[in-house]
Amino acid sequence: MQLSHEHHEMQRTTVRLIEDHIHPDLDEWEKDQIFPAHHVMKKFAEAGLLGIGKPEQYGGLDLDFSFEMLFAETLGNIRSSGIGTALGVQTTMCTPALLAHGNEALKQEFLVPTIAGDLVGCIGVSEGHAGSDVSKIKTAARRDGDDYVINGSKMWITNGVQGDWICLLCNTSTEGGPHKNKSLIVVPLKSKGVSVSRKLDKLVLRCSDTAELFFDDVRVPARNLIGEEGQGFIYQMGQFQEERMFVTARGLRAMEMCIEQTIEYASQRQVFGQSVLSNQSVYHKLSAMQTEVEAARALLYRATDAYMAGEDVTKLASMAKYMVGRMSMSIPSECLQFWGGQGVMNENWIARAFRDIRQTAIGGGANEIMLEVVAKSLGIHPGRKNSKRGS
Amino acid sequence: MLFTQEHQELARTTERIVAEHINPYVDEWEKAEIYPAHDVMKIFAEAGLLGIGKPAEYGGLELDFSYEMVFAEALGNIRANGVSTSIGVQTTMCTPALAQHGSDELKRDYLAPTIAGELVGCIGVSEMSAGSDVAQIKTTARRDGDDYVINGSKMWITNGVQGDWICLLCNTSTEAKHRNKSLIVVPLKSKGVSVSRKLDKLGLVCSDTAELFFDDVRVPVRNRIGEENMGFTYQMEQFQEERMFAVARGLRVLDMVIEDTIEYTGQREVFDMPVRNNQVVYHKLAELHTEVEACRAVLYQAAERYLAGEDVTKLASMGKFMIGKLALKVPTECMQFWGGQGVMNENYVSRAYRDMRVTAIGGGASEIMLEVIAKSMGIHPGKGTKR
Repeated sequence: MQLSHEHHEMQRTTVRLIEDHIHPDLDEWEKDQIFPAHHVMKKFAEAGLLGIGKPEQYGGLDLDFSFEMLFAETLGNIRSSGIGTALGVQTTMCTPALLAHGNEALKQEFLVPTIAGDLVGCIGVSEGHAGSDVSKIKTAARRDGDDYVINGSKMWITNGVQGDWICLLCNTSTEGGPHKNKSLIVVPLKSKGVSVSRKLDKLVLRCSDTAELFFDDVRVPARNLIGEEGQGFIYQMGQFQEERMFVTARGLRAMEMCIEQTIEYASQRQVFGQSVLSNQSVYHKLSAMQTEVEAARALLYRATDAYMAGEDVTKLASMAKYMVGRMSMSIPSECLQFWGGQGVMNENWIARAFRDIRQTAIGGGANEIMLEVVAKSLGIHPGRKNSKRGS
Repeated sequence: MLFTQEHQELARTTERIVAEHINPYVDEWEKAEIYPAHDVMKIFAEAGLLGIGKPAEYGGLELDFSYEMVFAEALGNIRANGVSTSIGVQTTMCTPALAQHGSDELKRDYLAPTIAGELVGCIGVSEMSAGSDVAQIKTTARRDGDDYVINGSKMWITNGVQGDWICLLCNTSTEAKHRNKSLIVVPLKSKGVSVSRKLDKLGLVCSDTAELFFDDVRVPVRNRIGEENMGFTYQMEQFQEERMFAVARGLRVLDMVIEDTIEYTGQREVFDMPVRNNQVVYHKLAELHTEVEACRAVLYQAAERYLAGEDVTKLASMGKFMIGKLALKVPTECMQFWGGQGVMNENYVSRAYRDMRVTAIGGGASEIMLEVIAKSMGIHPGKGTKR
């Protein structure tokens, strides 16, 4: 992945937006456990950043995927993962399938205003009992004349309270097995029968508006179906590739921030007549962590290049997501250690990073699922039936 | 790094030579604790593989550095690191400074026949008292008329017993230790050069590794590579390629260890199912493969930037640090899944376990790599921080 002058310009624009419009109010948002999603989306939309890879005819910038990755990386500068996650849902998680497979009317009605920052979108896949095992979802959309009638619930929905629409994965038939009976449907969240069961109280992403949503006989027109009926699982698996690369990009920059902040603190803080940083056990550990970050970045860039060349990047994207997930459990914790008692003070960002970044190993496909995917691509997964007994 | 059809051809040629002319004999060579360096070099030379990046006028193929990396990775297919290390010394460790800074005459005398596989080269940096801390070396070359007179000794010299010449780092003045060294080409048949001992080692058993002794060895001044007292700088440059070679070769070795383990655990049954069908086994194998791919991605990024003429000290050191860490981890964790078979010398995994260990030490230990990375991050405290 080669970074051009245009990449750097976009990076600077993003950094400026973060410094001017996000960081000044962030601590307050964390305290309130919500942030003004429409206000923030509009700021990013005005800079063109909500449709980086989307076609110009829908208000996008029509740039290649490397720009989206650099944008995602730059969002790692935000001192709370809640905001970056909300932005990522809007740009990279709820819109790729709509763009690739949605009909023109649906794109005009939902994609265009989402890129313009007038609407806030959500992605509805996980349910209370079906997270990583997506095929197990129970929410159903029954055809009734020209409408679908939707019943069920969705869990861990980012932008759930403030969002205007959701890209909803639901079962549209009982036949064909769990991979061929699902569809993606755009559901306006002001529809009758949609309710917020609860706003979630979380270890991570405290300022993110994350909710459980309930659907009770919710009627949407059949033309809100994205692409073909029964193709939802496949579309969502495609959409997951971009989500995983987004999570990797944003996460590795967040971890680099942990390292940078720790270097700064450890170089000022004196112990036993010298800076904390001067201890070899400290600067060696920081160097080793930076090496891991660079390795994940090198993998991500390799995946990005391959993705742009039209290759299947399931394996590389899953590897990168696994690496960044594993680091999310080691880097913030090991950095925090060098802050001593200051590390556990909420006034220092490292404490928030320690809570926030932990999510990376779970969301968007848990580490263990990534290893299942990598094992499949290596040809060493035993398969369902064979796993207990010899093949 | 972009792979063209030419890269793939070069990899295939190398793999074919390894399969036909090397792997059938490595067990015998390991047992004999030596391998026929001249014969093997000649085979690679005939395929043009000893001068991939070297100028055509000295018999090289004049291809860019990405081809050298593909070659280094393909050498990892050799099921004894002793042989691949020896070839790497010939192609990537003892010749870069000579090609870059040597006089035309010196290149005709030593570089051309080394590329042609007629001479076997060595690189002489480490001494008993100075390994990672290169600046501490004590071997000296005193000027006497048109000659240098060399005294000292060098340790862990690959190709040391069979080699024809050595690219020798020695002190040529008493100035500051980064500005007092020179690289000098010393023919190993010179009077006063002796092999103190052939070394008995944990790994690289078939490698011919020696301690060499230099007693009033006379070589003409024209054997000096480039300028006098620039040797430390030249050697630091030469180390970049050495480190990238070690990363590339190691990656493929670790791939093979994982592949062998996948095959074995797919066949071996325990409690009525293949070992590999246990989730702890296939998850661990998927994880190890992921780490190897991450290291490969770092290497390819370093190689790309090196090709673009950038300073890759940081990325090459990161790659070397990672492969060193993986060298300590991948063979031992794979071996575990072989059970009792893992500790049998007839299975390659046990040789790889011994052979790969030195990767975390040779060509700059992992701890030195972290020092280099810390410097490039601006967090190294510098000398004298102990108060």
